[in-house]
Amino acid sequence: MKSLFEGLIGWIDARFPLMQLWNDHLAKYYAPKNFNFWYFFGSLALLVLIIQIVTGIFLTMHYKPDAELAFASLEYIRRDVPLGWLIQYMHSTGASFFFIVVYLHMFRGIMYGSFKAPRELIWLLGMFLYMTLMAEAFMGYLLPWGNMSYWGAQVIVNLFSTIPWVGPDIAIWLRGDFAISDATLTRFFALHVSAIPLALLALVALHIMALHEVGSNNPDGIEIKEHKDADGKPLDGVPFHPYYTVKDIWGSVAFLFLFALVVFFAPEMGGYFLEPDNFTPANPLLTPEHIVPVWYFTPFYSVLRAIPDPQFGALAMLLSILVLFFLPWIDRNPVRSVRYRSLLYKINLGVFVVTFAALGYLGFNPPTPLYSELALRFSEWYFLFFIALWFFSRPRRNMERLLTLVVVLGLISLYDVVRVEPGHGMLVFLGWLMPAVFVAVMVFGSGIEKLGRDLPVPDRLTG
Amino acid sequence: MKRALFLSVLCLGSAGPAFAAVGAELPGYQVVIDLNNRASLQRGAKYFVNYCMGCHSLQYSRYSRVGEDLGLDMQMVADNLIFNGRRVSERMEISMSRDDAERWFGAKPPDLSMLARRKGATYIYQYLMTFYADEDRPWGVNNWRFPFTTMPHVLWREQGLQRAEWKEADNGDGNKPVITGLMLETPGLKTPEEYERLVVDLTSFLVYVSEPARLTRESVGTWVLLFLLVLGGFAYFLKREYWKDVH
Amino acid sequence: MSDDTVDVGRRRFLTGSTALVGGTGAAVAIWPFIASMSPSARARTAGAPIEVDIGQMEWGQKIDLIWRKQPIWIIRRTPEMVAALEVEASYLRDPHSEQEQQPEFARNSHRSLNPEFLVLVGICTHLGCNPTYRPDAAPEDLGPEWQGGFFCACHGSRFDLSGRVYDHVPANANLRVPPYRFVSDTRILIGEMPEDAPA
Repeated sequence: MKSLFEGLIGWIDARFPLMQLWNDHLAKYYAPKNFNFWYFFGSLALLVLIIQIVTGIFLTMHYKPDAELAFASLEYIRRDVPLGWLIQYMHSTGASFFFIVVYLHMFRGIMYGSFKAPRELIWLLGMFLYMTLMAEAFMGYLLPWGNMSYWGAQVIVNLFSTIPWVGPDIAIWLRGDFAISDATLTRFFALHVSAIPLALLALVALHIMALHEVGSNNPDGIEIKEHKDADGKPLDGVPFHPYYTVKDIWGSVAFLFLFALVVFFAPEMGGYFLEPDNFTPANPLLTPEHIVPVWYFTPFYSVLRAIPDPQFGALAMLLSILVLFFLPWIDRNPVRSVRYRSLLYKINLGVFVVTFAALGYLGFNPPTPLYSELALRFSEWYFLFFIALWFFSRPRRNMERLLTLVVVLGLISLYDVVRVEPGHGMLVFLGWLMPAVFVAVMVFGSGIEKLGRDLPVPDRLTG
Repeated sequence: MKRALFLSVLCLGSAGPAFAAVGAELPGYQVVIDLNNRASLQRGAKYFVNYCMGCHSLQYSRYSRVGEDLGLDMQMVADNLIFNGRRVSERMEISMSRDDAERWFGAKPPDLSMLARRKGATYIYQYLMTFYADEDRPWGVNNWRFPFTTMPHVLWREQGLQRAEWKEADNGDGNKPVITGLMLETPGLKTPEEYERLVVDLTSFLVYVSEPARLTRESVGTWVLLFLLVLGGFAYFLKREYWKDVH
Repeated sequence: MSDDTVDVGRRRFLTGSTALVGGTGAAVAIWPFIASMSPSARARTAGAPIEVDIGQMEWGQKIDLIWRKQPIWIIRRTPEMVAALEVEASYLRDPHSEQEQQPEFARNSHRSLNPEFLVLVGICTHLGCNPTYRPDAAPEDLGPEWQGGFFCACHGSRFDLSGRVYDHVPANANLRVPPYRFVSDTRILIGEMPEDAPA
């Protein structure tokens, strides 16, 4: 039996590099031995991608990409197709879980400096993956043809009309009509089920190839390749298979447990995963009381709303995503991992997490004057995170400190002076304190030994 | 033109609180739905076809599915739930034209198959509980939960007629009367307790019909979770066994 | 790494049992996807019985219906046609309808409840084409032996006026008879067995 199996492998190997692929990517791919909780999310993202593709294929068998039929076909899937509800809930829950996993995965990369040389391309490919995923999710969200699908798409497509001069024409071209319509639905369907998934798969392949070329980073941010034994194996590495395969299997089961919890017991997730307004068919004459994107877009949506001028708002939102691409060139500090970064860096990172969550919360709620002000201030914190990263790239002289303080606070204050209206002065001033305090702490704190000094990085993994 | 296009971007900004006037939650009226109470669902189905289905369809639901889920055989479904000559396997659609309905009522009676998922059980319960007499309205009734509803109080024979009690209230923009409560003025065929039972049954049925899969999904889910616990146990010990090697 | 402490048996047991439990789970997880491809409640509704009025049919007339997305033929046969079917024909492959191609009540020479009315599924038992109704005897293209019946133009299969297949043609079974019953003398319900028939 064994020899038959080996014979088959041999036969294939003479014709296809099967064992070589197995060894290069699993059995002899050495990964640092100190991966922690945060390192589950790469393989989990792959697992969700597979769930989405498989459930998506089966949904496509019953779904009708036609404005007259789409909404009813969703109910048909949930009611008439045997176990169709299960497949549909797996797909809708999968979309949200995809973003949960991807956000944690990206945060891991930021926290441990995984984007830094020589892994810039991995980061860039990952960012392209993220943007492709956003497009995939956005187009998929139109397909149920519920009222929130319709108005969400209407709003997002109209963002393109903020492009100077050609914007309105581009928006019409994207829709293939003067409003979201059957033409839009059908093309979004085509893109959602074929073009974008293909791009996702190709990008995943490139992302993993780039990773396996340079090797994985780790929570200590140290290159394991610098210490090898006599056979040339990294002393602090373990072969991915079996060590990380068994670990990822355990992680996947734990993930599936949480996934099943939502799919079977709370597929609507209190209106966050499936919005109540989407249980009524698209109606061009009736805007839902409160249009909100799905939760995974709300942080960026908050940035969009923070600036009342639609053009600048859209620009700010675009920038808030684009800035992530440039992370490897913004944070030039040679220390990768948060473990050996200064206290100020840790505070900065912590504030960033709070900021992202706060923007997400604000994006989900109606913009009262207070919430609008907060959205603006958190948007400023969002960008200040990156400015602080740049600032901490190397020790700064006093002149640089002063210049940074003046330029950043000057720009923020200038915008406040331009926009302030009578009666809102107090709110604006209190709001102004948020970025002001932040910038002051970062700039002056960097001069204080205990706050601003990075820690010595050990030579070998700490376990 | 460009400005008009921005409108939909901006209306995100203004929509929220402005529409609060559509009617607010009534804290005094709360309902607990028990989908395991089959008798209640069966009564709710019967009430629905008797009182509601003249105007409201359940276009995504099939008589046969309702029968299967509620434990009725197809003969019982045909005898008790179908009055319009349809077959049990058909969808629960109605014969009244939606345009006629709009002429009669001023609004098209909506299909109710998804109502509970969109509005929630509490809304349906409160709506059915809070009709009150109001001569200024075309049907002589108004609704506390959904002011200026265009629907007549179909269940008035059962409930009787309620009268609203008002008080002047200072709510910031001048003194406007607000309702403080409803009093039963003309008793109906049912006692208030019986009427509430009817509304609960009807609400439960609408909750069921908005997502029939819910009757099974939680029990299937329990087995899936149990299985994943077992698999997780094995996977955990397998992982621990291998990681003994790594120091 | 310290290979001396590895308990190979325990490791093998855990690998095997995880693979077994996980494999079982994966196999069960495939089920919803397979199930979702079987006929939905809508498709089954379309499969519900249909009632047909046959009171106006003329001698020799054929009407076509759709039941479960399949063509159903009803043919009103003349007494001469029925009489001809009783003659033992050597060219038939299964003259006594021994194969399970019909409800029990149609296991006779006329393959029907009432000899006058033939009800058939109009799908050739070879590869699924629709055979043509050819009641004419001995036409030029079908040869002098043709007694009237159904001819499948796709691959040349021949059936007599009871839907019984000829020998030495590509099809190897008689045309199927669907379940049906008479609601009254002039109305047929297709899709349901007669009330006295065994379930």
